[in-house]
Amino acid sequence: MSNNHNGSTTFFPEARELPGGEREFMMDVRTSDLEVSMGPQHPATHGVMKILIRTDGELVTAAQPQLGFLHRSAEKIGENVEWLQYLPYTDRYDYLAAMNNNLGYSMAVEDLLDVEIPKRAQLLRMICVELNRVASHLVAFGTYGLDLGAITPFLYAFREREWILMLFEKICGARLTYTYLRIGGVFNDAPPGWLTEVEHFCDVFEEKWQEYYDLLMVNQIFVKRTSHVGVITPQQATDFGLTGPMLRGSGVSFDLRRDVPYMQYRQAYESGAFEVPVGTGEKGTLGDCWDRIYVRVQECMESIGIVRWCLGCIEEGPVVGDIGKTLKVPPGESYVGIENPRGELGHYVLSDGGKGASRCRVRGPSFCNLAILEDIMPGTLLADSVAIIGSTDVVIGETDR
Amino acid sequence: MWYPLSTVATQAAITSTPEGNAVLRWLHGIAPESVPAWTLPLVTASISVAFVVTMIALIAMVAVWLERKISGHIQCRYGPMYAGVWHGWAQTIADGVKLLQKEDMIPLGADRPLFMLAPAIVLGAIFGAFVAMPLAPDMFFADINMGVFFILGMSSLTTIGVVMSGWASNSKWSLYGAMREAAQVVAYEIPLGLALMVPLIVAGTFNLREASALQSDWFGMGWLLFKNPFVFPAAILFFIAALAETKRAPFDLPEAESELVAGFLTEYSGIRWSFFFMEEYAAMYLMSLVAAVFFFGGFESPSTHMAGEWFGGGSFVHNLVAALTLIVKSMMGVIFMMWIRWTLPRVRIDQVMTMGYKYLTPLSLICVLGAAVWEALIA
Repeated sequence: MSNNHNGSTTFFPEARELPGGEREFMMDVRTSDLEVSMGPQHPATHGVMKILIRTDGELVTAAQPQLGFLHRSAEKIGENVEWLQYLPYTDRYDYLAAMNNNLGYSMAVEDLLDVEIPKRAQLLRMICVELNRVASHLVAFGTYGLDLGAITPFLYAFREREWILMLFEKICGARLTYTYLRIGGVFNDAPPGWLTEVEHFCDVFEEKWQEYYDLLMVNQIFVKRTSHVGVITPQQATDFGLTGPMLRGSGVSFDLRRDVPYMQYRQAYESGAFEVPVGTGEKGTLGDCWDRIYVRVQECMESIGIVRWCLGCIEEGPVVGDIGKTLKVPPGESYVGIENPRGELGHYVLSDGGKGASRCRVRGPSFCNLAILEDIMPGTLLADSVAIIGSTDVVIGETDR
Repeated sequence: MWYPLSTVATQAAITSTPEGNAVLRWLHGIAPESVPAWTLPLVTASISVAFVVTMIALIAMVAVWLERKISGHIQCRYGPMYAGVWHGWAQTIADGVKLLQKEDMIPLGADRPLFMLAPAIVLGAIFGAFVAMPLAPDMFFADINMGVFFILGMSSLTTIGVVMSGWASNSKWSLYGAMREAAQVVAYEIPLGLALMVPLIVAGTFNLREASALQSDWFGMGWLLFKNPFVFPAAILFFIAALAETKRAPFDLPEAESELVAGFLTEYSGIRWSFFFMEEYAAMYLMSLVAAVFFFGGFESPSTHMAGEWFGGGSFVHNLVAALTLIVKSMMGVIFMMWIRWTLPRVRIDQVMTMGYKYLTPLSLICVLGAAVWEALIA
């Protein structure tokens, strides 16, 4: 976007004709446009992202996300450290779903190793990953309420998230950056009674979930603020390579846990432990902000279902596979994509038989999902742009890595 | 033409009713002969101003503390617990002291005179509005016949201060906040005034004291709310419009912290910021007070009625109970506003405008018309 003052042409796309016909903007009377940078220190960007927006009054006419404020060369570090040493770095890109990041990297390395993961380790991994997904979606849900001015649901969501973090603290000692899922299995076995506590959490959470749903999701102001806003058509969603709730919110049923199953997810799906919720346009248009946040809220319940299934079939056994005393990774390359709370988190590692990866790349879901903002934000109001940014649920640590 | 101050004050003393203003009456009683008569209204005015300032500060202090406690309990936490030992009652004082000590920051490029004037206008306007507020049936600062008109006019004046602050801050976010405030207040002044016209039609007076006295029948429950079927919807409309007028959630668009950082408050800090804050709570109280007087019986309640029966109308106990009744009623309104703030999301600017112009204004017009017809034909 070029500055308005240097004589370049002004950029005024027509106000988007939104289905539902609720919002039309009269563009005949125009005021001079104002370029504002939303961020890097803006509460709506959930971190240090900057969105350069051009506004005509309250109407956003152009928007451009600008990234890189949190760049830490995570991928390059992956080439300089040993296999196991890189695991803590994976915690730090999507810090709201560190278990998932551990899993993605571990699985990419295990793909080269040809090692069998014990069943108990797999189930422990699944429990942790799904609980982490619930925690991450709770943050997404809570901060989305915050973006729309509802402060209380945020604290309710954090209350339950706190419980999950407490469970994680008991199993691995950390609350945010776990490094619990290791190459070959998990770091240690669950302490005695931990699985019972998880079950207790599941029971309580199911009650609380309904409370959240009634408090925010079906609140009329919330529905009016989010329906018909930031509509992503299924075609657009696939064109932009969106994954995760962003894609499923547009009605495209694609979930790596079901479609490219890993660990025990195939068995879990076949025994009916979880479904893949998709947006239906229930409150507005298919693929609007409400649908996206609805998918996240529904996924919390599905994750609880998976955790319950895992608790049902977990049995005693080893928690680490046989990876040898020193990790010897044979030469080769592998790419493993897993279903992160935000979409497909892919890890590509290339081994030349040395101590660490010779190439290490990450496909971050937040980064890929962010690209669509430039297309869906023009034509909305300033308050809508906040709702749209919130509904993408970006974690800046992962977009910038 | 200029008159000497003594002449003006004497004129004021003559035109104002000495038996009305309790302070003036008291001064008349105790002043020795040697004191010239024209000084008494001046002293009265000084005392009244000091009282109003103290009262607003106290109201804001209690309301801020209440807001924090209420939000805390709504959100499954305690809120302040340490300052002052008992449930953190002194938290606001501690915060006030902190705010006083902060550096007085004026951003570079800001319009300095306007930037400094804005908080003063905002606070001054709300001080002015409180002058027309009756404390008790026999105690008030100014017994203005157009009392509620004066209150609404003065509280609308705060908008000028807010717009001024947004413009002077030299920040785009502040400017957005100011423009939103201007648009919102223009849209909601109309339904606010019209909704208030309904009880005014029923009561037949603009004077807060007289309107309150009208509601003393039915053992103190003869509230205007029950005297005309159109007053109840008008009360709801008034409450919604008052929320928008005082920039409270879900209409807190001017300072929408997740959209506009802090709106017109973005560049303010320290004591200037706290002036805006104080104004917000004072305005909440004021709007609740107007609602209490014109919809919910004002000073009148069964307890006021009983106090009047037992200790005699106009006695000290009667006045005290009446004053407490009004404070409790106003605080209930404030608490209700807080409850709403911590429950609902914020509405969007186009929804605010739609609601104001398309729904609230016609509905309040219907209420006014209906109330007028009812009063003319049935009552």
